[in-house]
Amino acid sequence: MDTTTAFGKIVGIIKPFVKNTTAFGTATDGTRIIEDLGVNSARLVDIILAFEDEFGIEVDDESADRVRTLGDAVQMILQKTAPAH
Amino acid sequence: MVGVRLTPAQVLELMPQQRPFRFVDEILDVDGQRITGRYTFREDEWFYAGHFPGRPITPGVILLESMCQVGVVAMGIYLFALERSAEEARAWTTLFVEAESEFLKSVLPGETVTIRGERIFWRRNKLRARIEMFAADGTLVAQTTASGLGVRNG
Repeated sequence: MDTTTAFGKIVGIIKPFVKNTTAFGTATDGTRIIEDLGVNSARLVDIILAFEDEFGIEVDDESADRVRTLGDAVQMILQKTAPAH
Repeated sequence: MVGVRLTPAQVLELMPQQRPFRFVDEILDVDGQRITGRYTFREDEWFYAGHFPGRPITPGVILLESMCQVGVVAMGIYLFALERSAEEARAWTTLFVEAESEFLKSVLPGETVTIRGERIFWRRNKLRARIEMFAADGTLVAQTTASGLGVRNG
């Protein structure tokens, strides 16, 4: 999976929880999920569970804690879906 | 596992909500996946005077609170204790974060309701449950899918 595909899927997962639609319309890798998009922090669990379902991965608490921006989510997902060498 | 399996009575004892905002009299059973509780709405509950004067009906928000006290708060206490310890269960409070609900039947003063909750997920201190409330004759009164998030007491 490439970065653009991952970004598109992530944005689709997060969209229902976004409160700041203006920031969402111009979202980039650097956009912060809670602070910029206004996502309720309690919804992060829902988002992580949706990542697991969508991408067929397991996200441990440590990895989840590192995701603050959309770019962080992209990197985590690319890393966890990368074929093993 | 270092946690403990609390009895229904122990779960009830650890609930932080107290009268006049405790809407659980009894936990009948709990196993981490399912829970059943019961409450009788007293004739003199504080909200009947205004909801509605001369025609008391239990407010939907109170029915929702009662469902959440059983299916989210009490279940959350059981899961915190199961995962960690009874002391840890006491050190956290479960705050209400979201719900989608439907109310099908009025509950009048003096009625006893039974509440049944089933866990949807428990992850990172967040509990989501599907909860139903039944009248004494078994009629479905209300249902909700509700979530709570455990926060450490400050």
